[in-house]
Amino acid sequence: MRRSAGIRRRGPAVAVWVIAGTALALLVLPLLAILLSAPWPQLPALLAAPETLQALGLSVLTGVISTALCLVLGIPLAVVLARSVSWPVVPRRLLRAAVTIPLVLPPVVGGLALLLLLGRNGVLGRYLAAIGITIPFTTGAVVIAQTFVAMPFLVFAVEGALRGADRRVELAAASLGASRWQVFRSVTIPLVAPGIAAGAVLCFARALGEFGATITFAGSYPGVTRTLPIASYLASQTDLNQSIALALVLLVVSVAVLLGLRDRWLPGVRG
Amino acid sequence: MSRRPVRPARVSLVAGVASVALLLTACSGPSGAAGSTTAADPLRGTVVVLAAASLTEVYGDLAAQFEKLHPNVTITESFGGSSALAAQIVQGAPADLFATANEATMKTVTDAGLGDGAPVVYATNVLTLVVPPSNPAEVTAVADLAHPGVKVALCDATVPCGSSAIALLAAEHLSVTPVTLETDVKAVLTKVELDEVDAGLVYATDAQTAGGTVKQIAIPDAANVVNRYPIVVLSRSTNQAAARAFERFILSATGLAALRKAGFGAP
Repeated sequence: MRRSAGIRRRGPAVAVWVIAGTALALLVLPLLAILLSAPWPQLPALLAAPETLQALGLSVLTGVISTALCLVLGIPLAVVLARSVSWPVVPRRLLRAAVTIPLVLPPVVGGLALLLLLGRNGVLGRYLAAIGITIPFTTGAVVIAQTFVAMPFLVFAVEGALRGADRRVELAAASLGASRWQVFRSVTIPLVAPGIAAGAVLCFARALGEFGATITFAGSYPGVTRTLPIASYLASQTDLNQSIALALVLLVVSVAVLLGLRDRWLPGVRG
Repeated sequence: MSRRPVRPARVSLVAGVASVALLLTACSGPSGAAGSTTAADPLRGTVVVLAAASLTEVYGDLAAQFEKLHPNVTITESFGGSSALAAQIVQGAPADLFATANEATMKTVTDAGLGDGAPVVYATNVLTLVVPPSNPAEVTAVADLAHPGVKVALCDATVPCGSSAIALLAAEHLSVTPVTLETDVKAVLTKVELDEVDAGLVYATDAQTAGGTVKQIAIPDAANVVNRYPIVVLSRSTNQAAARAFERFILSATGLAALRKAGFGAP
């Protein structure tokens, strides 16, 4: 099919460039401001402070566990979601909405919801408390909050990869006598591995930045539940330099994650 | 993926420009309040008040009363941890009136030269112990907070209720390991109300506002830490006249009576 050369050569109007430039400035300038106002001379001391290392260690630990949980729980959910295209419209849309909710829900609301479900007085939590398990204010609560908010990133990345995958390979494997589990493990998973990797990295980045659900559900205590974003917020009230140092750590990790992803960060999008 | 040439519709362009314009006007600071202007009342516009979380209820009531007296004035209040609010003001948040829960956080704003005149201390508050109505850990005194297994919520040391709690526990020679350090006093109260912790240290006024949702265990006066509440009009206020009038209203007999009724002490 030939496209008319006239249409192809015409770029967007000047106004679009101006507004796009404004949008880009809005996205990039605040990050530049962090770099410009960073207390570079004191930075090594600020980053080596025990509170910083403690918060960083906790953030990385909980982020890794949350990502692992998202992989274990999210990949099967992505498979179900990808296959749901053949379902009737109502359950199909309900399932998709349920997976999307954490993306659009304010994290603080998510944290309150988790507290009302799993708190020691919560809908399920009261039964857990009866057998001696209390979840709020523990590192486990941080992991649950992060998994809640990060799961959709993994599910949608893997689902996109599954939809793009060639199902005939699975059918071929099945026709050669592979069981459904063998097909899933040896054919489906390797087929969508790039999608899984991209989803896991996004998932980790989201978990690392989690603030609202964590502070509501898990609280804030050094070494137990005070992750890097919470430490940075608290520091911003008293010691701005410390806060900027913590923010820089988060920024560097996030950018590193994006660079690692290159163009695979959303299925179907190539730069 | 193939790329299709994109031709933006003019309608969306216009909508984009319009929303940017709306945003700009929304950010352009206090504008005249709606309603008819009366010749007798020169006060008009918006007064932005940043106040400590513990002042939420009483300032809310006083603002409503003030707006009835001065229909052309709108009071916009934002409550939070004093230190978070102080940081906002130092960072340039547009505000007219600032009220904290202790003098140390107020000092960060006045030291930055942002107070118009010296702050006035007009109320005091003390800490009290609150437990869920069922009192699951059978807490009867502050000393019980040091027992292992008692889940305690405190304010973080960066906010006034936290520094007071630390001073109180230090004076009692108690070593308490809380399960959480919250960013303002209302967050501590919520954790107790939800029965997620066994006890919390909040202001006496917060315990009073909470009513039956928590059980209050008073701390003997001798052992307690007294917070002094200052208020100041900010030098960058764009509506000094109305801000001063609202400050006078808080310091008036009506305002002080409301504060005493809410459980605040006289300085």
